[in-house]
Amino acid sequence: MIMNGKFGKYGGIFVPELLIPALEELENAFLKYKDDNKFNKELEFYLKEFAGRPTGLYLAKNISKKLGCKIYLKREDMLHTGAHKINNTLGQGLLAKYMGKDRIIAETGAGQHGIATAAVGAMLDIPVEVYMGSEDVDRQRLNVFRMEISGANVIPVENGACTLKDAINQAFRDWITNVENTHYLIGSTMGPHPYPTMVKHFQTIIGKECRKQILELENKLPDAVIACVGGGSNSIGIFSEFISDKNVELIGVEGGGDGIASGRHGATLSAGSEGILHGSLSYVLQDNDGQIAEAHSLSAGLDYPGVGPEQSHLKTTGRAKYEPITDSEALRGFNLLSRYEGIMPALESSHAVAFAEKYSSVPENKGKTIIINLSGRGDKDMFLAAKLLGVKV
Amino acid sequence: MSLENSSLESYSEMFKRASKKFEGVFVPFVVAGDPDFDTSLAIVKELVKNGADALEIGFAFSDPIADGPTVQEANLRALNSGINIDKNFEFIKKIREFTSIPVGILIYYNLIYQRGIDLFYQQASENGINSILSADLPPEEASEVVKVAKKYGVNQIFLAAQTTTNERLKVISEFSSGFTYLVSVMGVTGARNEVKNSTVDLIKRLRKHNDLPLLVGFGISHPNHVKEVIEAGAEGAIVGSALIEIISQNLNDKERMLQKIGENTLKLKEATKNCL
Repeated sequence: MIMNGKFGKYGGIFVPELLIPALEELENAFLKYKDDNKFNKELEFYLKEFAGRPTGLYLAKNISKKLGCKIYLKREDMLHTGAHKINNTLGQGLLAKYMGKDRIIAETGAGQHGIATAAVGAMLDIPVEVYMGSEDVDRQRLNVFRMEISGANVIPVENGACTLKDAINQAFRDWITNVENTHYLIGSTMGPHPYPTMVKHFQTIIGKECRKQILELENKLPDAVIACVGGGSNSIGIFSEFISDKNVELIGVEGGGDGIASGRHGATLSAGSEGILHGSLSYVLQDNDGQIAEAHSLSAGLDYPGVGPEQSHLKTTGRAKYEPITDSEALRGFNLLSRYEGIMPALESSHAVAFAEKYSSVPENKGKTIIINLSGRGDKDMFLAAKLLGVKV
Repeated sequence: MSLENSSLESYSEMFKRASKKFEGVFVPFVVAGDPDFDTSLAIVKELVKNGADALEIGFAFSDPIADGPTVQEANLRALNSGINIDKNFEFIKKIREFTSIPVGILIYYNLIYQRGIDLFYQQASENGINSILSADLPPEEASEVVKVAKKYGVNQIFLAAQTTTNERLKVISEFSSGFTYLVSVMGVTGARNEVKNSTVDLIKRLRKHNDLPLLVGFGISHPNHVKEVIEAGAEGAIVGSALIEIISQNLNDKERMLQKIGENTLKLKEATKNCL
């Protein structure tokens, strides 16, 4: 490997020997094409014409008034396939094409990354197979159909808890077996090097646009940037361009599930400890021996017992803060934005909205300028939201 | 029981013992605590009684990404039966009551990391473990581990595969001691129908870049496979999934399970003979 893929002490390449050459090949290709004019022109074209970039930075005036802060929403929810995931799938999909890979595999929890990968696979004409925990397949029938109609083959994973973690395990096993012709398109800033660095690179466009937009609108930087954290790709994407601005507070919001005390949550950074999962050293939810625990969150995108290594670095250096938001608080965030702004956020992003409300209620934060990364839209969650709110659809 | 002052056999002594008899070595792999602590121990007794030259013992992990369904299920059965790290060490200690042949463990790195590298290797050494192979720890991340392994006299084992370049084979050779574990297939663990030609090529390539004895594993399931890889120049073979399948197919009849394990071990060991 050319880089060591570490963020402070976190990250690395904790994978079986069989994958090392594939990671080396991927790192090589990434380093070569990330500065390649032709590659970047093509990616820019697809980001604009296929995915719908740039996304707006929208002043949410009603909740701003209600909460006593100036609240902007970075509208990643407006992107094709419904979330920021497409930024990364386009980047990696194109990279796979340039590398001459004729097969793409991906993992998915709720289905958002799977749908984005299926769409890019259809567009680039590369076959896609998506590993999805059988529990999630049952919970997200509609998304399975969306992937399948775009030509992807969805493979239900029956191991372990049958959710995202197990889908990732199975995708790794597939990659180990078919490493020569297959690209594993990981959906977040996690996994072994070069994934955390590469996925960040493709998601940095959120922060780049956002920084320019807020400077145009406000002529100053925001006081705080708030984003939800599952694996960490939307938050790293927006944080990355503000990390060196020490006066900008960076706040990652984790899936607090039933509350930290209940033990049923996905708040890896708030309540986990250092460990190795899926190829890198980071924070994980685990027992004393190091057996990985199951995460719990109503939002499938935050329902993961690990987190990207750079997030662990930002936490331990104190550059970013991480806060859990419970399922019921998130549902309140979902309602808040829907009711006052006419924007239905994904349940993942609803966690960031809910925390923004909490943040605004602190007296010394009154009047501050806040950016929420609205990473995805809530269409996919409407049935679940209705059920949780006791509404028959 | 520390390795330095014990009567435990080392890998080099084992390889010498086998080569004197013009035999390859046969190393079975099972997961400690599969399907439960006592049955698992009885299984290991059968393995030793029927000719295992050394043992590879898996410490169960919740997320074994290098393993196919057979070993995954074995991990799960062991965890569900209540195995943990302390009990794993106790399991090895019990094995040491009836055999002195080399005992290696196969583990995922998080289990070592959580205990603390130094303490884990100290306990490994105290309980009579000869070697540790961490499936998700390539040489790039292993410098601390290799140092600690030396300190406690434990052999650190690394994997080599078809995709491993010559440069990496040299690094792996420098970092390893005891033997090198050669992965015979591109894929996860699991029984297969044949040994690929590429495995034979790899054995030959490895010979040029690696002075350590070679044990071939992943997908070696039949006595013919064992014979084939030894004839191709490896010192021996590791068989896991094919034995573990006997466990999973006979969960309701432990007597039959032990008998079948014994019979198969005998056949697999027999295949290491007269193939030089």
